[in-house]
Amino acid sequence: MTRKQRRLSIVAGFMLTLGVAAALVLTAFEENIVFFYTPSQLAEKNIPPDRRLRLGGLVEEGSIGREADGVTITFRVTDTVEAVPVRFRGLLPDLFREGQGVVAEGSLSAEGIFVATGVLAKHDENYMPKEVAEALKEAGQWKGDHE
Amino acid sequence: MSIHYFANPTRFTRLAGRIQPWSAGVTGLLLVVGLYLGLFVAPADYQQGDSVRIMFVHVPAAWMALFCYTFLAVASAVGLIWKHPLADLAAKASAPIGACFTFIALATGSLWGKPMWGTWWVWDARLTSVLILLFLYLGYMALWQAIEDAQKAARAAAILALVGFVNVPIIKFSVDWWNTLHQPSSVIRMDGPSIHASMLWPLLLMALAFKAYFITMLLARMRMELNLRRIRALRLAERDS
Repeated sequence: MTRKQRRLSIVAGFMLTLGVAAALVLTAFEENIVFFYTPSQLAEKNIPPDRRLRLGGLVEEGSIGREADGVTITFRVTDTVEAVPVRFRGLLPDLFREGQGVVAEGSLSAEGIFVATGVLAKHDENYMPKEVAEALKEAGQWKGDHE
Repeated sequence: MSIHYFANPTRFTRLAGRIQPWSAGVTGLLLVVGLYLGLFVAPADYQQGDSVRIMFVHVPAAWMALFCYTFLAVASAVGLIWKHPLADLAAKASAPIGACFTFIALATGSLWGKPMWGTWWVWDARLTSVLILLFLYLGYMALWQAIEDAQKAARAAAILALVGFVNVPIIKFSVDWWNTLHQPSSVIRMDGPSIHASMLWPLLLMALAFKAYFITMLLARMRMELNLRRIRALRLAERDS
């Protein structure tokens, strides 16, 4: 083995060890790295009320409503399997609408309602001009959110 | 003719001097065409409106942030293993360029995030890992400055660069491995790009422009570094005589 070959194997072994270590650490911390829980994850986790967390999913069709005070908004966040009712009082992002992906931050109340202190819109990876989006909808090829 | 032929600093300087005006010209041309197509010709997005135009700078800058670091890590490994003087130099020269691209990606992403997501910044896996990348670049540059002896500095910095390389796949796949606010990749994906051709072309032109810019700046910085070392050697020789 020449010196170059030895250095090469040292660097390769070093990178391999580092990669495995990083993979183990990331797997161990997975719970802390996820930015939000889906409604299904929330349902199986049994999280105590008043613990702050983020809930992510789609705004369920026809679920948006306003409470009597006129500023509190209620809607349901769904992952098409489970759905969680959300109550929010504050400014919504422009992209917020039925079928849109959102991430709400807040905590579960004792009645199982998610009381949000902030709502963010989650944009998907589809980019297209308006005309194309309309043409797709007309042709029934629309796979994105439902407007 | 092997790569070793150009590893000679004098030959490298001559070749770099010949390539540089061409790569600079290509950079300028691609930037003008890419920006014009992206800012004026490409259509507005069906739901982002004109904010989508930020993408034409943001996405190529983010690609370059990863590309520059990969280049830096490979050059560092070559420097460590084969003791190539130009490899260490290339690694050192690429760091500030990568740091700039990372900063641009973070800044433009923040500008896009406010109108679209409703926030300038969140600590999700993608955003956080890119911020760590910026700190890795800065730490790498600081390490070079902190150690006086050039060979020792190159060695220490190369090891830091290799350790930091772990972050590159994490950044790339963060949006697939974990729930993030950041959207998954639109261009490099299994089932083909999910971005309309009218927006994809300006994006790819901008990516090429940034690549050409990288080559131009890399060559310029490497030549500068070689000249600085020559000056230092001359000064030392003068003092000793």
